[in-house]
Amino acid sequence: MADTRLRTPLGRALGLGSAKEGVGHWWAQRVSAVALVPLGLWFCISLISLAGADRVTLIAWLHGPVAAVLMILTIGAVFYHAALGLQVVIEDYAPNEATKIAGVVLVKLAALLLGVAGIYAVLKLAFGA
Amino acid sequence: MAEFRLPKNSKVGTGKTHKAPAGTKKVRSFKIYRYDPDSGENPRMDTYEIDLAECGPMVLDALIKIKNEIDTGLTFRRSCREGVCGSCSMNIGGANTLACLKAIDDVPGEIAIYPLPHLPVVKDLVGDLTHIYAQYQSIQPWLQTETPAPDRERLQSEAERAKLDGLWECILCFCCTTACPSYWWQGERYLGPAVLLQAARWLEDSRDEKTGERLDQLEDPFKLYRCHTIMNCTNTCPKGLNPAKAIGDIKQKMVERR
Repeated sequence: MADTRLRTPLGRALGLGSAKEGVGHWWAQRVSAVALVPLGLWFCISLISLAGADRVTLIAWLHGPVAAVLMILTIGAVFYHAALGLQVVIEDYAPNEATKIAGVVLVKLAALLLGVAGIYAVLKLAFGA
Repeated sequence: MAEFRLPKNSKVGTGKTHKAPAGTKKVRSFKIYRYDPDSGENPRMDTYEIDLAECGPMVLDALIKIKNEIDTGLTFRRSCREGVCGSCSMNIGGANTLACLKAIDDVPGEIAIYPLPHLPVVKDLVGDLTHIYAQYQSIQPWLQTETPAPDRERLQSEAERAKLDGLWECILCFCCTTACPSYWWQGERYLGPAVLLQAARWLEDSRDEKTGERLDQLEDPFKLYRCHTIMNCTNTCPKGLNPAKAIGDIKQKMVERR
């Protein structure tokens, strides 16, 4: 923490001022959470109904437009929501500014990587032979 | 930034025990946090046994009795002794509250008393509220208008006035702010429940004309959005107010004006 002993208390409290953002992040977290309710339900029901199915059945299932589209949406929403949520956790608990920035960037890139990889896998199975 | 371990010089040790005189009938034990920065010693917990038959019903009565009769060095803030001034806020039996409103009989077992959590301690039960007061000042807690002041009162309907109920009653004891984990970890930037409840009080005021500017100043991932609806604030408020709802109302206004 910066040495603030000689600053006025008000100067310290005002700090760098308001970032004039945050509502977008907060709202996106809520909206993605709501979207994940039906998507999550659909995903769980699908998993249960596909339990014990072989690879051919699974690929046939993913060939259908509904399953492929909902699967892509689920993957997107999961990693988007996870990135937003983990960012908050890191901001809460990071011991210093450098760890915070590195952590947030890392989480966002990892979520992007995993999300794109997941969608790629779905597309490959959906459009593959 | 988050700190999870106490600094080395903050580890609390065991202090003196002041036994009740022999023959005392209604003995109750108070374990009180003592710290004197001038002594260079670590904080300690002193134990005071007092006779409840010779003491008022509230925890504040016991503290005043201890200061008057057993240990004049015991330091704490108090003034109105009726829950209006907010001075005697402290952590009693594990929860932040006002010593003057907390009945001794409502606390089971030995009564542990600490200063409000996660504040720099000035002495004993007196925490340093400088930063919280400055944060309160930073939200400009006064009526602001562009329209020149009228010759009479600024009018407000009964419905508009009713919106201030649950907000104006706050006495700034900061039980809520110092009970909030988000404030513990991010208090440097997060305004905390008490200051945000006050911010809501001015946002809700139909006579104020700076609502937009006030929202601009609050829209920040740290100043406002560190609230994760943990609800410790609402649980602990000795005046029965709901800072968590006030913060929720601010967040709702932020979305509304998009």
